[in-house]
Amino acid sequence: MSLKVENLKAYYQTLYGDVKALDGATFTIKDGEIMGLAGESGCGKTTLGHSLIYLTPPMRFVEGSVELDDEELPVWDMKKMNTFRFKKISIIPQYAMNAMNPTRKIGKMTSELLESRRISFKTTLPELKRRLDLVELTHDVLNMYPIELSGGMKQRMVMVISTLLNPSLLIADEITSALDVSTQKAVAEMLIEFRDRKFVKSMIVITHDISILYQTADSIMIMYAGKLAEKASTGIIIHSPRHPYTKLLISSLPKIGVRYSEKKLSGIPGNTPLLLNPPTGCRFRDRCPVAFGKCVEEPPFIEIEKDHFVACWKEFGKNA
Amino acid sequence: MIEQKNIKKSEKMDEIPIPKPKKINEFLYFALSNNRLKVGLTVVLLFLILALIGPLLTHYKWDAYVGPVYHPPSSEYWFGTTTFGQDVFTQFVLGLRASFLVGVVGGGIGTLIGVIIGFTAGYRGGIIDEFLNIITNVVIVIPTLAILIIIATYLKVRGIMTESIFIGFTAWPWAARAIRAQTFSLRSRDFVDMARMSGMKPLKIMFTEIAPNMMSYLLMTLILQFGGAILIAATLDFIGLGPTNAISLGLMMNLAVLWGALQLGMWWWFVPPGFAIMAIVGALYVMNVGLDEVFNPKLRKL
Amino acid sequence: MLKLEKISKVYRTGTFGGKLLPAVVDVSFNVGDGEVVSLIGESGSGKSTIGKMILGLITITSGKIVFNGIDVSTLKKGTLKNYYRDVQGVFQDPFSCYNPIFKADRIFRIIKEEFFPNVKNPEWDSKIDSSLRDVGLNPDQVLNKFPHQLSGGQLQRFLIARALLLDIQFLVADEIISMLDASTRVDVLNLLADLKSRGLSILFITHDLSLGYYISEKAIILYRGCVAEMGSTVKIYHNPIHPYTKMLMASVPRLDKKWEEVEVELKAEHFELVRGCLYYDRCPIANKDGGCDRNRPPLIEVEPNHFVACSRCRKE
Repeated sequence: MSLKVENLKAYYQTLYGDVKALDGATFTIKDGEIMGLAGESGCGKTTLGHSLIYLTPPMRFVEGSVELDDEELPVWDMKKMNTFRFKKISIIPQYAMNAMNPTRKIGKMTSELLESRRISFKTTLPELKRRLDLVELTHDVLNMYPIELSGGMKQRMVMVISTLLNPSLLIADEITSALDVSTQKAVAEMLIEFRDRKFVKSMIVITHDISILYQTADSIMIMYAGKLAEKASTGIIIHSPRHPYTKLLISSLPKIGVRYSEKKLSGIPGNTPLLLNPPTGCRFRDRCPVAFGKCVEEPPFIEIEKDHFVACWKEFGKNA
Repeated sequence: MIEQKNIKKSEKMDEIPIPKPKKINEFLYFALSNNRLKVGLTVVLLFLILALIGPLLTHYKWDAYVGPVYHPPSSEYWFGTTTFGQDVFTQFVLGLRASFLVGVVGGGIGTLIGVIIGFTAGYRGGIIDEFLNIITNVVIVIPTLAILIIIATYLKVRGIMTESIFIGFTAWPWAARAIRAQTFSLRSRDFVDMARMSGMKPLKIMFTEIAPNMMSYLLMTLILQFGGAILIAATLDFIGLGPTNAISLGLMMNLAVLWGALQLGMWWWFVPPGFAIMAIVGALYVMNVGLDEVFNPKLRKL
Repeated sequence: MLKLEKISKVYRTGTFGGKLLPAVVDVSFNVGDGEVVSLIGESGSGKSTIGKMILGLITITSGKIVFNGIDVSTLKKGTLKNYYRDVQGVFQDPFSCYNPIFKADRIFRIIKEEFFPNVKNPEWDSKIDSSLRDVGLNPDQVLNKFPHQLSGGQLQRFLIARALLLDIQFLVADEIISMLDASTRVDVLNLLADLKSRGLSILFITHDLSLGYYISEKAIILYRGCVAEMGSTVKIYHNPIHPYTKMLMASVPRLDKKWEEVEVELKAEHFELVRGCLYYDRCPIANKDGGCDRNRPPLIEVEPNHFVACSRCRKE
């Protein structure tokens, strides 16, 4: 499978104008790649995830194209996207585990979901049971109400349901944030297992926790203020990032083994720009320690070495 | 909103200032653009004006026999006359006044009691909450009709005020429950803990921290109580338990049915009061829905 | 400075309060002057409950909290107010700590009304000014604004500034970092560590192990209301002994090592043991011979400044 996104823009309509939450994203994901999408709050990562599958008001599609498996996804048309959702592209939204209908048994909920896509629940049941075994949930879960399950169990259930029809692309939005440390590890490892068993071809894992991405993702894409900052393989992002924002972000993360008394970490001074009237040029300009004259022009997101994309004028000069 | 002066004066392109949106008071903007609110408010205000100036337009008394019996609406008797020759228009506008009075007094008393009890129960919790809950539940369950009939046998003469007070004292449980739930949810918010850690006394916290947050809720509860009181009054009047020395819309309908208006086809006697009650209460509820959209950002359409 | 002696909190649940839900069970620890102690636990461990009991927001079911020699549970309205001059707290969600309809600096005005009614305005304003600068905020940028106009990091610092206005000795920081962005987290953390040098003691409640390691000298690992392991941070992190601590250390996603293989029980059979160790159902080394299902293990010092509550983990 492959995902090609070309200059995708999605804005939020508000009383005071359009908030340019996602302002031109261009990237590709290869078959079998787990891409982590990281950034701080307000950077546009959830908007990007949603714009690929579920563009509802107040979000508004502005321009861009999305191609999944060489087929154009009509992301601007909610009705037409219905044929793709759940079958070719699927999402685990944030807080999904709390959004299950509390008055429906889980089995009933799953069968309703499948029937709405005109797939027979009976024929899918054996596969469903196999998957439940894989995530170590008993089959009795289908007869329980959501309130009877723990957080980790609900999250695993949601993962199984979202990937039941073997979508090509899975978007997982903050699925580990509300969980305990041990369950986080279990859920993250399950993601990898789903990919290894080819239940899902590729994934976009949206999170603000970069350390989880280090453990699970093949590549990481960093967003800042609605624009893409850097995309590269996990090792390169963590150990040798090129974009100044990525560098500052990685170095500000407390790690076990680092103590205040020994080495004081520093954050990034300033605030993210408001996206109602974003600054012209590079949006990180005001907080960047190495900004120079060219930065008033917006840097394009280009490949400086194989599979390593950066949007920074300073870095373009270093490579050929 | 764009400052025209600056644009005319500046020569270079980069000196044109980016127009800043005027500081819009969010509530006012949404309130004025909300159709439900506008329509509901207009209807209620129209009837209110009619209630205020209507009696000045007529020089009849509501129970005086002023004209020919069974007379349909004419230029002399705008709403026609009753089976006794009373002027229906006079009855109508006086009845409107009565209904508004019941709404204000009955709804006001109901809201006041409901707020006090709901607040205290919600904030204090524990045994006080349990105790107030029991009282609330008992009052809900009391068959108000039976009590009213008993009162009716003892009080041969009942006025609008008596009716309003009675309604106020029996309709408050719904308001109390709603307020209690809101107070509960607000009480566990962190800023109340912060206020406690600042050494504030509980009463002060209730009034300075929690109550202002519930202003929108209180307003909506008041409107609901107002409408509810009018409806209850109309129902009571219709079955004959209303005031004995005044006229109200429900009483009009009661008399109309009692004296054969339906069989005689005297639509001008029962249609106006029925329509008025329906319109006022309906408009109030529509207003309430509109207000909910104004106060709750998630419900707003953009 | 602060001593907790066998603190317990039991909630009554069910109709007419029939069932008992223990949130905190027999927890004891000390915080010295100018010390930062991390209280680490996952959800349901009771760490926030302990924080609120120290702050006097929740009643204590049994046990004593002693602050500079005074038993906190005996404080009533008037003396409780004095207690708040020395002990304050900052909570997790910066936005819910402010009444949304008022401006953010109202919290300073409340402090003035309650604690410093006789201070003149200019003097008070300069006090606010220096407090704000101490926490790294620019007074011109943050005063006179509503909470939704400020960022999470600024709001948290505002709350710390409020605590500093009172010249407190002890601060309870309950998960104050978790809702902040990565770039502001470190700044607020560094602020706390700087305050320590002014003599402030901090109880840093968190579920994030790396934050605890960064900032504290002592760490307490809580599991379902009981202390599992306690002692010097460095010793616990480099030599975890309790099986729960080991599991935590292995499961935490780190940026320098990939996850080691550790047996994590996904199928946690939740049976409620009345007397035995609370970790019994998930523990890989629990067995009945060691008495794990009968006795609640006491805290034993396995090496200087390193205590473990595990029947199977005695010093060899």
